[in-house]
Amino acid sequence: MNPDLRRERAAATFDPELITHLLDGCPEKTRRRREIENMILNDPDFQHEDYNFLTRSERYEVAVRKSASMVKKMREFGIADPDEIMWFKKLHLVNFVEPVGLNYSMFIPTLVNQGTTAQQEKWLHPSKGLQIIGTYAQTEMGHGRSPALLVQSLAASALGLAAGPCSPPSNTRKLEIAESYKATAEQQERFFMPAWNLEIIGTYAQTEMGHGTHLRGLETTATYDPRTQEFIMNSPTVTSIKWWPGGLGKTSNHAVVLAQLITQGKCYGLHAFIVPIREMGTHKPLPGITVGDIGPKFGYEEMDNGYLKMDNYRIPRENMLMKYAQVNPDGTYVKPVSNKLTYGTMVFVRSYLVGEAARSLSKACTIAIRYSAVRRQSEIKPGEPEPQVLDFQTQQYKLFPVLATAYAFQFVGSYMKETYYRINDSIGQGDLSELPELHALTAGLKAFTTWTANTGIEECRLACGGHGYSHCSGIPNIYVTFTPACTFEGENTVMMLQTARLIDIAAKNLQAEVSHRQSREEAWNLTSVDLVRASEAHCHYVVVKLFADKLKIQEKSLQAVLRNLFFLYSLYGISQKAGDFLQGNIVTGSQITQVNQRLLELLTVIRPNAVALVDAFDFKDETLGSVLGRYDGNVYENLFEWAKKSPLNKTEVHESYYKHLKPLQSKL
Amino acid sequence: MGGRAHRVSLGDAWSRRVHPDLETERHGQGFDVERLTHLLDGGAQNTVLRRGVESLVQGDPDFSLIHNYFMTPNERYEAAIRRRVLLHRKGQRLGWLEDGLQFHYAYRAISGDVTFGVHGIATKAIQSLGSEEQIAKWVPLCKTYQIILTYAQTEMGHGTYLQGLETEATYDTATQEFVVHSPSMSAIKWWPGDLGRSATHALVMAQLVCSGTRQGIHAFLVPIRCLKEHSLLPGVTAGSIGPTMDLDHADNGFLRLDRVRVPRENMLNRFAQVLPDGTYIRFGTAQSNYLSMVVSRVDVLVNGVLPTLQKACVIAMRYSVIRRQSRLRPSDPEAKILNYQTQQQKLFFPLAMSYAFHFQLASLQEFFRHSYNTILNKDVSLLPELHALTTGAKAMITDFCTHGAELCRRACGGHGYSKLSGLPSLVTQLVASCTYEGENTVLYLQLARFLVKNYQRAQQAVGPTSQKSLPQSVAYLTLPHLAKCPAQGAADFLCPELYTVAWAHMATRLIQDAVHHLQTLVQSGAEQHEAWDQTGAILLQAAKAHCYYLTVKNFKEALEKLDSEPAIQQVLKRLCDLFALHGILTNSGDFLYDGFLSGPQVNMVRTAYLDLLPLIRKDAILLTDAFDFTDLCLNSALGCYDGNVYERLFQWAQMSPSNISQAAAVQNRALWREKNKWEDLHTPAVSYRKRALC
Repeated sequence: MNPDLRRERAAATFDPELITHLLDGCPEKTRRRREIENMILNDPDFQHEDYNFLTRSERYEVAVRKSASMVKKMREFGIADPDEIMWFKKLHLVNFVEPVGLNYSMFIPTLVNQGTTAQQEKWLHPSKGLQIIGTYAQTEMGHGRSPALLVQSLAASALGLAAGPCSPPSNTRKLEIAESYKATAEQQERFFMPAWNLEIIGTYAQTEMGHGTHLRGLETTATYDPRTQEFIMNSPTVTSIKWWPGGLGKTSNHAVVLAQLITQGKCYGLHAFIVPIREMGTHKPLPGITVGDIGPKFGYEEMDNGYLKMDNYRIPRENMLMKYAQVNPDGTYVKPVSNKLTYGTMVFVRSYLVGEAARSLSKACTIAIRYSAVRRQSEIKPGEPEPQVLDFQTQQYKLFPVLATAYAFQFVGSYMKETYYRINDSIGQGDLSELPELHALTAGLKAFTTWTANTGIEECRLACGGHGYSHCSGIPNIYVTFTPACTFEGENTVMMLQTARLIDIAAKNLQAEVSHRQSREEAWNLTSVDLVRASEAHCHYVVVKLFADKLKIQEKSLQAVLRNLFFLYSLYGISQKAGDFLQGNIVTGSQITQVNQRLLELLTVIRPNAVALVDAFDFKDETLGSVLGRYDGNVYENLFEWAKKSPLNKTEVHESYYKHLKPLQSKL
Repeated sequence: MGGRAHRVSLGDAWSRRVHPDLETERHGQGFDVERLTHLLDGGAQNTVLRRGVESLVQGDPDFSLIHNYFMTPNERYEAAIRRRVLLHRKGQRLGWLEDGLQFHYAYRAISGDVTFGVHGIATKAIQSLGSEEQIAKWVPLCKTYQIILTYAQTEMGHGTYLQGLETEATYDTATQEFVVHSPSMSAIKWWPGDLGRSATHALVMAQLVCSGTRQGIHAFLVPIRCLKEHSLLPGVTAGSIGPTMDLDHADNGFLRLDRVRVPRENMLNRFAQVLPDGTYIRFGTAQSNYLSMVVSRVDVLVNGVLPTLQKACVIAMRYSVIRRQSRLRPSDPEAKILNYQTQQQKLFFPLAMSYAFHFQLASLQEFFRHSYNTILNKDVSLLPELHALTTGAKAMITDFCTHGAELCRRACGGHGYSKLSGLPSLVTQLVASCTYEGENTVLYLQLARFLVKNYQRAQQAVGPTSQKSLPQSVAYLTLPHLAKCPAQGAADFLCPELYTVAWAHMATRLIQDAVHHLQTLVQSGAEQHEAWDQTGAILLQAAKAHCYYLTVKNFKEALEKLDSEPAIQQVLKRLCDLFALHGILTNSGDFLYDGFLSGPQVNMVRTAYLDLLPLIRKDAILLTDAFDFTDLCLNSALGCYDGNVYERLFQWAQMSPSNISQAAAVQNRALWREKNKWEDLHTPAVSYRKRALC
C-alpha cells in the first residue's frame, strides 16, 4: 500500500467500519453486501473488461452479455431481496448500463400494471428464476419491498392468492381465472412469459423527438379501425418519432408505445400499446416500422437508445393495454378507473435517483480524496518536499464540502426510501392524503440533489488536475452516466417549479406580479426564476434537517466526526448563499465572518479523517473503475500500465504515419 | 462570399428553407447583424477573407466533421492527421502564409480538429526561448513538417508547479552533451500533445544540472523517433496515454527518457547558456521561461476556448426557438422554450460571457502585442503584469466558459446528451482547458500574489503619484474609497460606471481582507508560507473578484468606443449590464457584507436583471448569428442555421454505424448468442413458448 495512504488510515480518529454499518443500515446488511460482492468477484465467470478500451459496439456486446447472464447468476446465488439485487447489479455490471434494462424496468411492469392480470398464473412457472425476475422487475420499477404493492395487487385482486405471487394455485383456480379473463389472457400468453424469458425483449417508448416532460404534447397516434379490429399506429411528423427509449435501437423486438388513442373520430388521450417491431427469428424490422439507434451520446455508450417511426402500422385491438381503459370491438371507448398508484411509482423512482446522486458523488469523492492524499505538488514551506495536495487549504475547500454533501445525500436517500415504504403502506390502506405534498417534496429533492451531485462530481474531477480528464480517473464516466439524471424523470427546472407551487416564500412575489400583469400564467413565468431559488432554499433546508436527525447516534467517535461534517455542510451552505442570509437580515456581516472562519477551522479538523471517511463508503476498486482512486494508492505504476494496455498503443508506429505523415515529409 | 444565404445547407428538400420559427426571430432587426459580425472579426475585410476560406473548406467533403461522432479514438486521430496534411497542401497551393489569417480561419472552419497544434506551440516556444541561430536551424524544419515537435513539460506526478518537475538534464563536460533522464515513474512526461504517435522531437523541460549545481528548468530539444522509420530511438519509451474525455486529435502522449544524450547546442539559450566547460550563464530573469506559456495561453483562449463557448450558445439558442414545450397560457399553442424566463436566465449569461470575454481578450491581445517585443529584447519590466493578466484571464475564462457550455448543454434537455447535438464534445473540449496550460486554482493563487504585492505597494505609497507606479490593471486599488453604493432604484443599476465601481470596490475589499488575514496570522506567530496556505480560500475569492472586475471594466470601455454604432452599442450594453448584474446577484453576500449594497438595493439589482431578460430575448438569435459560424464548424444537428433540427437529427442518427447493417449484424449475433444461452436455462418455458407462438 502507498505509504501516504497507510499513514492517513492509521491517523483516523474513528473506525470506518462503523460508518459503513450506519450507511448500509446495520452490520448484518454490510456483511451480506460483502458476501454478495465476493461471490461475484470470486466467480470465474466474472470478467472485468475495461470499458474504456472498447468501441461502442464492443461495449454494447459486453453489456448484453452481462445483463443476460445476470438473472442466471442471481438465481445461482439465491438473491431475491431488492437491496441485494441492487448490490449484485452494481458490481456485476461494473458500471455498464443494461440494454435490456427497460425490458425489466418498464416493459414487464407496464404489462403487469396496465395489461391484463388474471391468467399470468397459467404460465407462472413455479421456478425460483421467475420469482427473481419478478422481484427484479419490481425493484426496477419502484415497488421494492416484497411482497410489494404491485405484486400484491396483482396477486390479491387478480389471482386471489394470499401466499404471494409465486405459489402455484390449484388447476381449478387457474381454469377459473383463464375463463374470466379470456381476452386479456391472450395478451399475457403472447407477451408476458416470452418477455420474462427474453424471447420477447420489450422497451418502453414514450419520449418523442420533439416532446419530453410535457406528456400531453406527444403526437404519435393509434387510430382504431373497427372493420379489422385493429389499431393503426402512426408517427405523423418528424417530431413525433419516438426518440431515446433504451434498448430500442438494436435490442428490442417489441415496444410498449404511448400514443394518442383515436376511436370513433375522437381523441381520448394517451394510452399504451404493445407494438411488435422486429420479426421473431430474423430480428429484422417489420414492414411499416423504421427503427434504429439514435447515435453516440455523452455517456451510456453501451445503451442502444433508439428511434421508432411507424407508418400506418396495424396491430390487433388486443395489443392495447386494457387494464384501465378499454376499446370495445365496435370502437366504443370505456373510461379508465383512475390509477392512483402512479404517484407511488414516481416517489420511488425519485428516491432511487436521490440514492444514485449519493452513490455517484460518494464514488467521485473517494477517488478525488484518495488521489489527493497520494499526489504531491508545489510547496507550502520553501525547501521542504512537495506536500500532499490534500494539505492545501484550497484543495480541502474544494473537496470537503463535497464529501459532507455526499454524506448528507446518503442520509436523504435512505429517508426517501423509508418514506416510499411508508406511503406504500398508507396507499395500501387507502390513505392518499400525504401524496401531493410528498410528490412536491420529492420532486424538489430529486432536482436539488441531482444538480448538486452533478456539480460536485465535476468539482472532484477538476480536483484531480489533468489526470481527472483521462478515463483512467473513472470520474468522466461517473459524470456522463449520472448527468442525465438532471433531465430524465422530469427536467430539473420543471421539478423545482413543482416544488415551488407549495412554497409560500415565493407567493408574495407572485402576488405582486399578478397585480401588475395580466394573467396568472404569465406571472408564474415571470416569477419562475425566483420560484426556483425558493425551492432550492427549501430543499437545502430539508437536507440540513435530515442530516441533523442522523446525529443522534450513540457511538461517541462517530458522533464527533459526523457532527463536523454536518457543520461543514450547513455552514458551507450559508457561506455560499451569504447574500440571501444577509439580505433577509438573518445574519450580520460579522456573523458571516465567523461562519467563514469556522468553516476554515472545520477543514483542518476534518483533514485527518478524510481518507477514512471515504473508505467508509466501502466501494470495491472494481466499482470505482479508477486508477487514481485505488484502495492501495499505487497510482503512478498502474497509470503507466493502464496506458500501455490502451488500443492506441497497439503498434509502435501508427499506420497513419505511412499513410499521411511520411508522404508529407518526403514530398517537401 | 457575401451574406448569410450560403449558410442554408444543401441537399434535402427540407433543408432548403429556414424553419419559420427561426425565420421570424431574424425579422425586425433592431441592429445590423452584419455590422456586428464585422466588429467581431476586426473589420469587414476580415469577414470577407474568412468567408472566402470557409467556402473553400465547406465545399470539400474531406473536411466534413460529422463522422467524428462515430469514430473510435484511433480513427479520429487518423482523420485529424489527414485533415492537417490536406489543409497544408491546400494552403500551399493557394499561397497562404503559415502564420497568416487564412490558415487561422481555416482552423476555425474545421474547429481546430487537426493534429500538430502542440507542434505549433512548441515551434513558437523555440522562437521565444531559442537564440537566433537556434531559430534559424530548427524553425524551418518545423514549418515544413520535416520534424514534428511536442512540448514536453507536464509529468505524471507534476503539473503546473514547474520547480517540481523531476526530469533532469545533466551536463557532461567530457562529451559536451546533456544527459536527459526520467529518474522515476512520476517523472515520466505525461499529457504532451502530438507526442503519442506523431512527434519526432520533444522540447523537454528539465532541471538543468551543470557542474553539480541545479539551475532550474530549461528547455532541451530531444530527438525521440527515427526520421526514417518513425520508430522510437534508443533510450526512449513513448506512446499514447490512453483514452480521455475528448481531444483525440491532440494525441496526448507519454515519454520516458533513459539517459538520452543530446548535444550542448540543443539547450535553448536565449535567456541562459551553458558554456563548453560547464559554466552556467543567465541572461534573463528566472521568469523568462514563462514567456512561452504566456504565448500559448493567449493562443488557446482566443482560438480554442472562447469560440467553443460561442458555438454552444449558438446551438442552444437556435434549438430553444425551435423546441416547443408546454404552454404559457392554456389557450396558446406550445411555447418556444426560449420564452420561458428560466430558459432565458440559463442561456443569456453564457451569451453575455461570449461577448464580455471577446472584448477582454481583445484588450489582452493588445497588451500582449505591446509588451511581447520589449520582453524578447530582455526588458522584463512588463512581464509580471503580462503574466498576471494572462494567468487571471486563463483561469476565469476557462472556468466560466466550461460552466457556460455545460449550462447550454443542459438547457437542451435530453437532446443535449446526444453527441449529435455537438454540445457534449464542446463541453469536453472546454473542461480540459480548466486543467491544461496551468491548473486554474494554482493560477488564481499566482494572480493573488501579484494582487497582494501591489496592494501592499499601494498602501505604502499613499499620494497622488502612487497610481502611476502601479500596473494599469491594479490601478483601481488606489481609487478613493466609496463606502456605499449610491443607487436609488433599479434603473440606476443599468449604469456601467456604477457597477464597474461596485466591482472595483468588492475586489479591493477582498484583497484587503486577504492581506489582513495574512497579517493577522503572521502576527499570531505563523510563518509566511503557512499563513499564505491558510489564507488560500480567501485569496482565491479575491483573485476571482479581480478578474470579474477587469472583465466588466473592459466590456464597459469597449462599449464606449462604439458611439458610432448606437444600435449595436445598445444591444451590447444590455449584455454588459446582464454580465455585471448576474455577478452581483450570485455574489450578493460579498456586496452586502460590508454594507456597500443594502438589502433593498440587491432587490433593485434583481429587478433590473429580470427586466433585462425580455429585452435580450428579442435579439437573442441575431446576437448568436453574429458569431457567424458555419454549419460545418458547429457540427450540430440542433444548431444549424436553418433550424431544421428534427429532420437533421433523424438523418444524422441514421448515419450512425450502429444503424449500418453490417455493424448491426455483428451486434445481433452477439445478442442471439446470448439469447440462445438463455434459452438453455429455460427449457420448460421454451417448449411452452413454441406452442404459444405457433
